Amino acid sequence: MQRIGVFVCHCGTNIAATVDVKAVAEALGREPGVIVSQDYQYMCSESGQNLVKNAIKEHKLTGVVVCSCSPRMHENTFRNAAASAGLNPYLVEIANIREQCSWIHKDIASATEKAIILGKAAVAKVHLNAPLTAGESPVVKRALVIGGGIAGIQTALDIAEAGFDVDIVEKKPTIGGKMAQIDKTFPTLDCAACILTPKMVEASQNEHITIHSYSEVADVKGFVGNFTVTIKKKARFVDETKCTGCGLCTEKCPMKKVPNEFNMGFDNRSAIYIPFAQAVPKVATIDPNNCMMMKTGKCGVCSKVCSAGAIDYKQEDRLIEQQYGAIVVATGFEPIKLDKYDEFAYNQCPDVVTSLELERLMNAAGPNGGTLLRPSDKTHPHKIVFVQCVGSRCDDSKGKPYCSKICCMYTAKHAMLIREKYPDTEVYVFYIDVRTPGKNFDEFYRRAVEQYNVHYIKGMVGKVTPRSDGKIDVQASDLLANEQLHIDADMVVLAAAIEPDKTARPLATMLTTQMDTNDFFTEAHPKLRPVESATAGIFLSGACQGPKDIPETVAQASAAAAKAIVLLVKNSITCNPCVAHSDELMCNGCSSCEKVCPYGAITYIDKEFKMPDRTIAVRRVASVNPAVCQGCGACTVACPSGAMDLNGFSNSQIIAEVDAICK
Amino acid sequence: MQEAMINKAKQLLADGVVDRVIGWKRGEFAYDITPAVFTSAEELDESFVYDDFTAANVSKYLVKESRKDGKVLAFLKPCDTYSFNQLVKEHRVVRENVYIVGIPGGPKLDAEKIKAKGITGILSVKNENYTLKIETVYGEESMPFYEAVLDKCASCKSKKHVIYDELMGEEGDVLDSNRFDMVEKLENMTAQERYDFWREQLSKCIRCNACRNVCPACTCEKCVFDNPDSGIENKAPADSFEENMFHIIRAFHVAGRCTDCGECSRVCPQNIPLHLLNRKFIKDINAFYGEYQAGEDAVSRAPLNEYKQNDCEANIVHERGVE
Repeated sequence: MQRIGVFVCHCGTNIAATVDVKAVAEALGREPGVIVSQDYQYMCSESGQNLVKNAIKEHKLTGVVVCSCSPRMHENTFRNAAASAGLNPYLVEIANIREQCSWIHKDIASATEKAIILGKAAVAKVHLNAPLTAGESPVVKRALVIGGGIAGIQTALDIAEAGFDVDIVEKKPTIGGKMAQIDKTFPTLDCAACILTPKMVEASQNEHITIHSYSEVADVKGFVGNFTVTIKKKARFVDETKCTGCGLCTEKCPMKKVPNEFNMGFDNRSAIYIPFAQAVPKVATIDPNNCMMMKTGKCGVCSKVCSAGAIDYKQEDRLIEQQYGAIVVATGFEPIKLDKYDEFAYNQCPDVVTSLELERLMNAAGPNGGTLLRPSDKTHPHKIVFVQCVGSRCDDSKGKPYCSKICCMYTAKHAMLIREKYPDTEVYVFYIDVRTPGKNFDEFYRRAVEQYNVHYIKGMVGKVTPRSDGKIDVQASDLLANEQLHIDADMVVLAAAIEPDKTARPLATMLTTQMDTNDFFTEAHPKLRPVESATAGIFLSGACQGPKDIPETVAQASAAAAKAIVLLVKNSITCNPCVAHSDELMCNGCSSCEKVCPYGAITYIDKEFKMPDRTIAVRRVASVNPAVCQGCGACTVACPSGAMDLNGFSNSQIIAEVDAICK
Repeated sequence: MQEAMINKAKQLLADGVVDRVIGWKRGEFAYDITPAVFTSAEELDESFVYDDFTAANVSKYLVKESRKDGKVLAFLKPCDTYSFNQLVKEHRVVRENVYIVGIPGGPKLDAEKIKAKGITGILSVKNENYTLKIETVYGEESMPFYEAVLDKCASCKSKKHVIYDELMGEEGDVLDSNRFDMVEKLENMTAQERYDFWREQLSKCIRCNACRNVCPACTCEKCVFDNPDSGIENKAPADSFEENMFHIIRAFHVAGRCTDCGECSRVCPQNIPLHLLNRKFIKDINAFYGEYQAGEDAVSRAPLNEYKQNDCEANIVHERGVE
């Protein structure tokens, strides 16, 4: 006979304001097998837990139902309480009457009715609960960082500092990311390359760090502590181990008309190229779409001039497999495409540029050697208009609903740098709001306005029209003066919104992590677990989780590293005992479960069975590796015969819950 | 054809290629041709039958036959090869223990359609130039061949054998069939009309389990309907809910694995068009995940057992569920 205790939590007024907790406790007290049913103001408090513990001892309870908040919040609390009172922790069930009841309902009568039904379902389930024992699984002491921008580099450096091996996978030929393309950084105006490149070099020289550049994550299997990752090393047609980065091949390559991605297409590179002078690894890469040897089989100049013999036109993509205990995602961001913004004439006029393009135009390593010239006619611009919030804070389908966060500050930086270097240039900034929360940020913006006389105008630009005389007509409204403006500008700079890198979504699927509607990775808790994903062992670093500037990115990168280190220092982690198992007498050996298992936990064995007619038959049956199974339950629903079942969430338990709800 | 098949079987038995033959023999009436196992030339001569009523798919019998010692010869029609291939994919048959001879398929005849013409007491049926000469206890009758063709053959999906060791006769092609016409008609009904249609059909069910027993996709070691732990075992069609749920559960269980062989409807003594439930699943799978024919090969992943990034999202249910 079951002896079940029910404990209904008020959660202050969180539950008690909408649910009549006394009525719930009373109703559930009448359920079969329930011998004690109580309510209390805060069940998770020390005294609330003692209530549970004492009841277990006093009434010799065989099962506990706690009607409270989501099991994500306090399931562990009550499991531990039960364990300390001598009850197997898996004989505790939580009925979520807060998130799934009191918080979403207003009417007390119906919310109470629903809370009682949810409680009855939990009681029905706990009747069928069996005691479970958790095993342990070892932790692989190696971390993977996906993305080699400043976020990934910082995370990798910190993990390596703690003494763990860490691999960086970067899809581009060099690490460095977006920061490598930036000219100066706010609010201190120090040179981005000067602070980034030492970190890149440090990463490449650290004995614990392996950089897989020009590589992508092809597949992820396994679980926290035990991920198996397949990395695709794309063919760069240059042997990384032989190339010295001398650059002779890039000089001699006859194909020099390839738009240079690093300089946003403002100048050209050769078909064999090193993205920029400080690239890490400093190794050449052949772009097979433009290389004459690759396209026509005629040329081979680079292989002739390469004294190291590093050129290999026959190189193929290579897959390598590696085990990791923790994975940090640092896939970063991209500015949005401005195809849908015809009103700003971005596609029509070369002198309308994005802010990231302006970074290259102003950079000493950029196309003009650091002199700001109009892309169209290489003349000095004397009047520049900046447009903020292009695609940010948009409520239409063209843009993004969120604030891209970094644009106000980099626009102030651009305006200030231009006024400093070219005082004869007039600079206008059109804004909705200027958002400058951050240490020394507002002071920085005020300097742009007060010291550098940048014209900040509250209002949006309506239309940008290139004129035949080379000027650009900018039509805008000044909301404070309430007047329409026409500015004949020489250049227009658009602060394009930023969005997560396109590779992030397929990666999220591989990692079984969650994303929000904007494809930013979702953190496990927006306030209390900001650098962990909801999937154990997967951590988030930098702008892949939301728009961030460099200081914030670096802070979060180090935080993610700390969380990864916390995992890596452990020798083993406690496994989830709620794993699948197969009833071999019912198993057809059809492989349906094996095919849907995302963790590769199911294998097949040929086993001898004594059949009812006393013969012996060899049958193919499924076998679950409990150390690998994560208890997702996909196999239980794929199994045609119902042979697969899940500990703690058995088919009969779930049906019992449904029956209790539908009764 | 029957003669050639008997000779082929005898030869393979004599050469020691196979130890047994699975074919068909006559039942109580001329038109109920039943699968049977033969072990000698004499048995074959005596009772092996292959005629216009030989519609039964023997693939499912091979689940048990292929696990016995020795090798079994199976004559498979094109539609049967799809069922067999699907069973290979699910590791339900031992491929090495089966020698498959592909034979030309239908169209096969439906005795019910002859009876529906008021022709009863059938003794024998001969096909003379696509006119059926029917000898009955009351005298001779005749009717056009194509008016007596089985529904499943009238909407034949393929004349091609997808797996075999040897072929008799010419190989055919995958056909452009009209098999989804009726499903479309049902889809275009209002929910109430559709409900009424299925209530009328399913209320005829006597829960004889023939559909399940004949279905080549229903090969579980222990069927959920026979399993006391499943909570749905041995339910009688005592109320409309049970009548509905048995067939709907079955359709879900074979979804993505049903090759549309049509045996369920063929054997139903109450003439319930059960295959329409399966065809609805097949049509939806084709629409949601791309064209897929279960049993077409023995290795590919079935859409319902595979995740692809461009799979439809779950909200498709809401989008399509609205009237």
